[in-house]
Amino acid sequence: MKKVYIRGVGSISSQKTLDNKEFLDEITGYNDTVISVVNPVYKDYIPPAAARRMAKGVKMGVVASKVALEDAGLENVDAIITGTGMGCVVDSEKFVSAIIDNNEEFLTPTSFIQSTHNTVGGQIALGLGCKGYNFTYVHASNSFESAMLDAKMQLEFDEASSILIGGVDELGAHTVKIHRLIDHIKPVEVSPANLLDSGTKGAVFSEGANFFVLGNAKKENTYAELVAVETFNDLPEENLLEAVKKFLIDNNVLIEDIDVLIQGNNGDVVYDRYYNSLSQGIFSKTQQIYYKHLCGEFNTASSFGVWLGAKILKTQQVPDIVALNDVKTSKLETILLYNQYRGENHSFTLLRKC
Amino acid sequence: MSKGVAITGMGIISAIGDNVAENYNALIEGRKGISRISKIDTVHKDAIMVGEIEASNQELVNQLGLPSENNYCRTAMLGAIAAKQSIADAKISDIKKYKTGLISATSVGGMDMTEKYFYEYLEDKELQKYIEGHHAGDSTQKIAEQLGIEQSLVTTISTACSSAANSIMFGARLIKSGKLDRVVVGGTDCLSKFTINGFKTLMILSDTYNTPFDENRKGLNLGEAAAFLVLESDAVVKAENKKVLAYVKGYGNANDAYHQTASSENGDGATLAMEKALKVGGLQPKDIDYINAHGTATGNNDLSEGRAIIRVFGEDLPEFSSTKAYTGHTLAAAGAIEAVYAVLALQNNVIYPNLNFKTQMKEFDITPQTVLKEKELDTVLSNSLGFGGNCSTVIFSKQA
Amino acid sequence: MSKLKQELKEKIIEQLNLEDVSIEEIGDDDALFGDGLGLDSIDALELIVMLDKDYGIKLSDPKEGRKIFESIEVMANYIAANRTK
Repeated sequence: MKKVYIRGVGSISSQKTLDNKEFLDEITGYNDTVISVVNPVYKDYIPPAAARRMAKGVKMGVVASKVALEDAGLENVDAIITGTGMGCVVDSEKFVSAIIDNNEEFLTPTSFIQSTHNTVGGQIALGLGCKGYNFTYVHASNSFESAMLDAKMQLEFDEASSILIGGVDELGAHTVKIHRLIDHIKPVEVSPANLLDSGTKGAVFSEGANFFVLGNAKKENTYAELVAVETFNDLPEENLLEAVKKFLIDNNVLIEDIDVLIQGNNGDVVYDRYYNSLSQGIFSKTQQIYYKHLCGEFNTASSFGVWLGAKILKTQQVPDIVALNDVKTSKLETILLYNQYRGENHSFTLLRKC
Repeated sequence: MSKGVAITGMGIISAIGDNVAENYNALIEGRKGISRISKIDTVHKDAIMVGEIEASNQELVNQLGLPSENNYCRTAMLGAIAAKQSIADAKISDIKKYKTGLISATSVGGMDMTEKYFYEYLEDKELQKYIEGHHAGDSTQKIAEQLGIEQSLVTTISTACSSAANSIMFGARLIKSGKLDRVVVGGTDCLSKFTINGFKTLMILSDTYNTPFDENRKGLNLGEAAAFLVLESDAVVKAENKKVLAYVKGYGNANDAYHQTASSENGDGATLAMEKALKVGGLQPKDIDYINAHGTATGNNDLSEGRAIIRVFGEDLPEFSSTKAYTGHTLAAAGAIEAVYAVLALQNNVIYPNLNFKTQMKEFDITPQTVLKEKELDTVLSNSLGFGGNCSTVIFSKQA
Repeated sequence: MSKLKQELKEKIIEQLNLEDVSIEEIGDDDALFGDGLGLDSIDALELIVMLDKDYGIKLSDPKEGRKIFESIEVMANYIAANRTK
């Protein structure tokens, strides 16, 4: 079996992350319950004729993937695998409301087409002229991890040598409105520094696109090795410890080998307990990092975590802003990521310096 | 690592039957399930025909024994029913005995509830339970729960009309790689105003019975369905002395990279998908005994797919037919219901008729099988082609 | 007629998100599809809805649309002859 490497990254998030020469050099603060991305100048990347029908999710995906490909020094890939929790939700909302408001009359196809979940992956393929394998996973907070797992298997068995993967989700006004009603969004504004102490239910909703070129050959500019990824549809808190231990054993890694733990805490007073049980338990002496105070919460927010881990391993630096505890490791070689959303769809990802 | 990917159980609910036996009987008796729509109040009801499942939501709730406060969308209920059948068919009594995952496919997800309560959510607290059920993954989580699959690999694929073929493909790869010992794969989609109006805007809905590969085809009928198959590794088959219904022999996915919704004139994507599937299966075109075509009866699909079939098979063309005239186009579920039909074809050595065919297409001279035919079958190829240029082929075989 | 043509140009630009195109750039006889303005089959479907909604003209076959949408000139003539609102 071949090893799998992260060879290029492209990130559009609520922070300035698209320029790969920088690494969280400048932090965009907020005091809000919903935050959007720092938009690139899309026209610099997508010709107006091609962009005119693109949903924001598609534009973000196209730009992030272009940057990732350029970063990897590639013009095309063997396969494109996308993860998205909700797809292009703005167009879905537009089409549903048009059906209701116009009583099923005078509807136009564009928003229907854009609302199809695989529209991001399909349009990236169209732009690149990539006729290879093209999958889209739509499984809540495991959408991106499913894409990563699929790509990893193909690269390990040498069915492909380079694969573009990504997680992408966009904010939609109606979706935000109804998720406020069921307490999935924080009731009062919060700033990044206070997210974890908010003491309130829900998360700061957000959006973003994080794309990666994975390959099975190590090159000069390689970020990290993607050692393992495993997902769980559910995982009771009392079984979490056992599950993480088994994951590490399966991959021949000791708890002490983990230099950094990256967790997906989003400040939800109900569900952060999963993260706390690891950070206060077996990893209490490990350097810990979090990131959703920077990028917010969305179904594929964990792809920002992988971006963060890859950047840390490549630059051998940990920005102060992401520190979750005071522990400082002496080496930055092995990183474990853990994520879940509302107690469902848990994942462990293991990255290693190369 | 498992060399073979065995199919050991199947479940299905569609417009032509509530289980595998009913579906098979309808197929061989040439009984289609296409009618006027009765369960969705749409202004298009006289202008379209659909493949609707008879059971109401309440009947599905009762069948599954769900509590009244449940928040299952129709997609989740149909999926749960078909998936449970597949587990029973595979005679699995302890799902935790082997590492078991679930790969489902859907394009609609909980849209049926969302479009009903879109504005009501803002006023009516009772209905807000359905908000969480909107996203595609929720239906899959519920199916996993119904099957008792816990702490395992559960995910959802949504690549429009090829979705379920892709879940079979991913499941097969998970078995081959040894990541799972057993995986339930398939897809589910209910009818919704969203898809009815969506396809209406594309002007590809027929106002009468759909006629795949017919010169005068007018478009597709939408349908609703769910189907799941149990895939098991060689080791599980051996240890449990399992009866194998058929094997997943080959698979391939490719992208047309041509247009957002339409297929390329020459069927590049479909050609690539079939070629890849043959290669994975170690097969030649002449080894295929029957092609279950995607055949949606839209002008674009049947032309593009027909040309791709000619490109791949040339002179070695086996019988082919589309079963969409029976069930309608069931979108993300189509690849799974047609997988069940492919396995039934192998088990019974029959080729289903391509119903409603009258007139030969002008662009080429290949003609679908129009009457039921008995023939010794070893290998069946099934196509699923979708929006976003997504083209998939899965090959089923009697041998591993 | 020139008012209708002007109106069509405005609508096409707005409806089809042709942000980088100005009204002056669309000649009455320019091809709207292919090499001209570069519209495609999805645009044709959008324009069919526009005919229905704004001018009360219903088309049932998208292929008809391609002939009617050949140019602004052809489109305006067709609308003038067939409009019901």
